Amino acid sequence: MKGRLKLSLMSDIDGRRWHDMGGQPAGDIPMEGHDFALWEKRVDALMVLCGGKGLFTVDGLRRALEDMGEEAFEKHSYYERWIASVNQNLIEAGTYTLEELALKMQEVAERGPSYAEAQTDG
Amino acid sequence: MPHDHHDHLSPSGHPFRPDNDSPLTYWQQMEIAVRELLIEKGVMTPAEIAAQIDAMDARNPANGAAVVARAWVDLDFKARLLADAAAASREMGFDIGPLNLIAVENTERVHNLIVCTLCSCYPRNLLGLPPDWYKTREYRSRAVREPRTVLREFGVELSDDMQVRVHDSTADMRYIVLPARPAGTADLTEAQLAELVTRDSMIGTGLPRNAL
Repeated sequence: MKGRLKLSLMSDIDGRRWHDMGGQPAGDIPMEGHDFALWEKRVDALMVLCGGKGLFTVDGLRRALEDMGEEAFEKHSYYERWIASVNQNLIEAGTYTLEELALKMQEVAERGPSYAEAQTDG
Repeated sequence: MPHDHHDHLSPSGHPFRPDNDSPLTYWQQMEIAVRELLIEKGVMTPAEIAAQIDAMDARNPANGAAVVARAWVDLDFKARLLADAAAASREMGFDIGPLNLIAVENTERVHNLIVCTLCSCYPRNLLGLPPDWYKTREYRSRAVREPRTVLREFGVELSDDMQVRVHDSTADMRYIVLPARPAGTADLTEAQLAELVTRDSMIGTGLPRNAL
């Protein structure tokens, strides 16, 4: 099963993984952009600080991002994928457990319906 | 209104996406939870996180523009920049981290373009966070295959005899374009020259502004 899972993550044509996009056909470049929201900047800051403290590396970040597959790339925004990867790396590093995360996420959701209200310092 | 709006105004003056007031998303919920767990476990402090965000906000294309303008007026600096862009940038007080940074020079015959086909590697220490289009499938896929067409979409028309070199970045090795100094700028000061250097001119998807 494990071997089959790995194979399914590869392209069936040339052995490339999905994120290896150089040279593939694609449409016009979307030029619209956005300024980063506070929560996105916080995700970026968490990654940089965790890296600086040796909890995981940029390679660890990318491994988890690439293993999410193409569907996650299409469906979720850049920093949504980053926080998922940061979280996975921290759980793997033993910084906290999945149970601790679940409890904390529930606690956060119970504080209020918006991002601001869900902060302890909101 | 959350106080964060006041503490983190957009550097470009554009409004942030209204994430703080819209319904909490699953991923925002996860960001708050991860951040609070890291703080509770003593891994980092709220002050460290705020300082990191401030440092990131302070990095913007003006940093890269200052480096480019210095290279335009100081040929010894330019030689050092082309030899080791990280070391030369550090001379000017910019924190480059442990990255290898390579400056590639545009000339009358060569135009350089940078991309990261695998992810989103970008000279963020000199230019700030990458624009959204840099991270898209379309740019990553096409920049290495049909750079002239891509450049045309950005409004850059190159003559057929201009050679185009595309540089694919990695996490550990990043590029920045040293654009060619525009004609008619002999009388400008270094600070005035820096005003001509756009973000896109340092990615290669643009050219410097013309002197007024």
